[in-house]
Amino acid sequence: MSALDVTELSKTFPVGGGLLHKPGAVRAVRPVSFTVETGETLGIVGESGCGKSTLARMLVGLIEPTTGQIEIEGKPLDNADAAAFGKLIQYVFQDPVSSLNPRKTIRQIIEAPLKYLHGMAGDVRAGRIAEIFASVNLREEFLDRYPHEFCGGQAQRIGIARALAAAPRIMVLDEPVSALDVSVQAQVLNLMADLRGQFNLTYLFISHDLAVVEAVSDRIMVPYFGSVVEIGRAEDLFKTPRHPYTNLLADSAPVVGRALTAPEQRDTELPDPLNPPPGCAFAGRCPRATERCLTAEPKLRPLGDDQLAACHHPLD
Amino acid sequence: MSGFLKLLFRNRLAAVGAVIIGLICLVALATPLLPRADPDVPATADRFQRPFRPGHLLGTDHLGRDLASRLLWGTRLSLAVGVAAALIAGTIGSTIGIVAGYFGGRIDNVIMRGVDMLMAFPYILLALAIVAALGPGLMNALIAVAAVNIPFFARNIRGVTVGLAGREFIDAARLAGKGHTRIILTELLPNVASMIVIAMSTTAGWMILETAGLSFLGLGSQPPVADLGSMLGEARAALITSPHTSVVPGVMIFLIVMSINLLGDGVRNALDPRLRSGALTRPRAVTLVERRGAIPAADQKGLLNIQDLETQFHVGDRVYRAVNAVSLHVNPGEALGIIAESGSGKSVTALSVMGLVASPPGVITGGAVRYEGEDLLAATYRSLREKRGDKVAYIFQDPLSTLHPLFRVGDQLTEAIQAHHKEPDDAARARAVELLKAVRIPNAESRIRNYPHQMSGGMRQRVGIAMALANDPEVIIADEPTTALDVTVQAQILSLLDDLRRERGLAIIFITHDFDVVAQLCERVAVMYAGKIVEEGPTGAILAQPAHPYTRRLMACLPELGGGKRRLAAIPGLPPVVSDLPPGCAFAPRCDKATAACRAGEIPFDGDAAHRVHCLHPEFAPMEVLA
Repeated sequence: MSALDVTELSKTFPVGGGLLHKPGAVRAVRPVSFTVETGETLGIVGESGCGKSTLARMLVGLIEPTTGQIEIEGKPLDNADAAAFGKLIQYVFQDPVSSLNPRKTIRQIIEAPLKYLHGMAGDVRAGRIAEIFASVNLREEFLDRYPHEFCGGQAQRIGIARALAAAPRIMVLDEPVSALDVSVQAQVLNLMADLRGQFNLTYLFISHDLAVVEAVSDRIMVPYFGSVVEIGRAEDLFKTPRHPYTNLLADSAPVVGRALTAPEQRDTELPDPLNPPPGCAFAGRCPRATERCLTAEPKLRPLGDDQLAACHHPLD
Repeated sequence: MSGFLKLLFRNRLAAVGAVIIGLICLVALATPLLPRADPDVPATADRFQRPFRPGHLLGTDHLGRDLASRLLWGTRLSLAVGVAAALIAGTIGSTIGIVAGYFGGRIDNVIMRGVDMLMAFPYILLALAIVAALGPGLMNALIAVAAVNIPFFARNIRGVTVGLAGREFIDAARLAGKGHTRIILTELLPNVASMIVIAMSTTAGWMILETAGLSFLGLGSQPPVADLGSMLGEARAALITSPHTSVVPGVMIFLIVMSINLLGDGVRNALDPRLRSGALTRPRAVTLVERRGAIPAADQKGLLNIQDLETQFHVGDRVYRAVNAVSLHVNPGEALGIIAESGSGKSVTALSVMGLVASPPGVITGGAVRYEGEDLLAATYRSLREKRGDKVAYIFQDPLSTLHPLFRVGDQLTEAIQAHHKEPDDAARARAVELLKAVRIPNAESRIRNYPHQMSGGMRQRVGIAMALANDPEVIIADEPTTALDVTVQAQILSLLDDLRRERGLAIIFITHDFDVVAQLCERVAVMYAGKIVEEGPTGAILAQPAHPYTRRLMACLPELGGGKRRLAAIPGLPPVVSDLPPGCAFAPRCDKATAACRAGEIPFDGDAAHRVHCLHPEFAPMEVLA
């Protein structure tokens, strides 16, 4: 049984509107379907505005989806009730400091999921908190301090501890290390890898950093403009990208020893969400685009081993 | 709490206010215990007695009642009503504000439009209307005053709440299973409480005044009961003949409102995080330079030459040594990379060059910054200002916060040009279009009329670069210019900078934490740790064979694309706090090669002018690498 099964999940936000204007609509996430196996890490890599954060927030129930269904370990979840989701799926936020209430002690923060999700009694709670805190390698004396006393790496571990306290099956990690220094980043990534094994967790790892995603994921999904354009095994995806956008991402990542060239025309502009192009959203930036790409929206289809791409003219 | 009181009483005026209002409150509380005549019993024989008569310290009023006694009881009543009104208005208004701000959307719209309607009436008319509807009486005056002040609280608290409700810790609380009521009470309220206190303390005096106003008109306290307003009202008829009857309550109202306002301002200054963080202290136009020790002699290196620069932050009695003896230079057409993590002093080094470090608390305590041989640290403000943007320009990390949100990008560009060159408007405008084209912004002619928020992050950063290029500078200092950008945009910006350097012979100092970026753009690289340069040399040599253990291990931390799934190398521990640097090598506590000697004294430089390393146990002798 797969840990997470998402079918045709989409989100449309109304925008504008008022007394004189008809409200428009932005399709932040177009219907997407995917499954994540238990114990797997699915990386989601994309640029700003690709819909990765909206998708993540729908998965944990912070945003109500417009259409579609989320199933966790076979159980369908179709109400946008964060507490019901909370026991199954948890979220680790990008900015560790802003995700901790500045007026609460660390103990109060970690206690909340135990108290409200699991209804745990006071004396049992103390033991459980100590256990969780030990598993993220933090000293117990930190429990009675306030968030501002911690630096980014420690604060992010506290964020992870809070998510763990809910005893979820799945964790959505939304850019968990992008606010951290390079030397601390690896500490947190390795800790998360250990915890996954220890608690048999399933991860969805969202990042804009290709190298980081590749290093932690089993499979990687690439959304662009609200739809998934490619999904495949981490070790293959950037080596043999099928979708020209994945290829562009891989070419843009700075790599030691590669000459500095702009991988695409500098005058390209991203598609306008208020006025989405018909057909393939990437066509305007794509060197392989043809007439067909401007009219027909490509569907995800298998291309090679365990790799799917939504492209009329995939790369070989 | 004690910290708050300390801050509060450091403000002399607030302390005076606190003392006065404290005394008045004390007397008001003790009034029933004081041996004074009954304030409400008339003795018409003693009408309008002057002050300082035996038995009547402050004289008597038109009915011969003891003024001192009436003043005490009146003050007691006025204070009670004012404070009660502030509490009621604060509670109801804040509740409305929090609910509107937290739920947002339609609920917010309906509530706030209601509040707006309440505000559309002149407040005194509204208060009069409420009293007229409910009938005169102190209780009704209190209700009226509270009601007209609710919008003030509702709007203030809603504003704060909207900002907080979007914060991630609210989402986290929802995921932890908390319901709306619980989130409002346990997550939001503790964060807005200080704002509520501020709003109350700054409006309580106002509400006392309003209540007095209603009483003065005869709509508040009813005879014979005295409050300050009704005492004034009754004394009005004898204003000329017996001025003391109106002066006495008048002075008391003045004292109460004045002291509450002084105290309220003090409370606000002490509690408001923005004011506390020094928003009111204006930094000087140039960083303070207080060089101890000799100024290094010019050594003719590079176009821009930083020599033994030391910059510190003096906060209270702590000294943060952000930059320690940093020496760097850059030649025309060269790109120098500075690699470091946050808190290592890389940005402070960059800002020190043009005296842009905020003072206070920043102080440049040593070294020299030479531009074409001239020491910029000794330069006058005028000469420094002429060079800022004209000779040495900056590109900052976040273009959204460096561009002014209320001006069109074209206007900001033309202003940058005209600040240094007396050009007519249309010539400057044409130059702005040209600049936007140079940084490859499509449709430059129409884009020039855009506001910053109408552009994407990549486009804004290009405007930032265009602005840096506006006056054809010789040196560009770029502080993490691509960190906030997407990879595809980053690649474009980097290649743009590279072209500019080759075409115009620009010298670039590129500050980043990313080795990959430096490897692509820069010929030379300097690695900083805890305010010091630990290694400097040609990019190729350092990337191939890093000599300092920190450089080697930092490079190992960076995952490289194409490596597959793996465990990443980490450096255990945290960078040191620069207010408490260990003696010797700052990296020693995290270093696996550290020995006692590393923790003892200053570490000398090893290697030659081309490749230097600051380490007793380098991975390689830098000389070998060169050979």
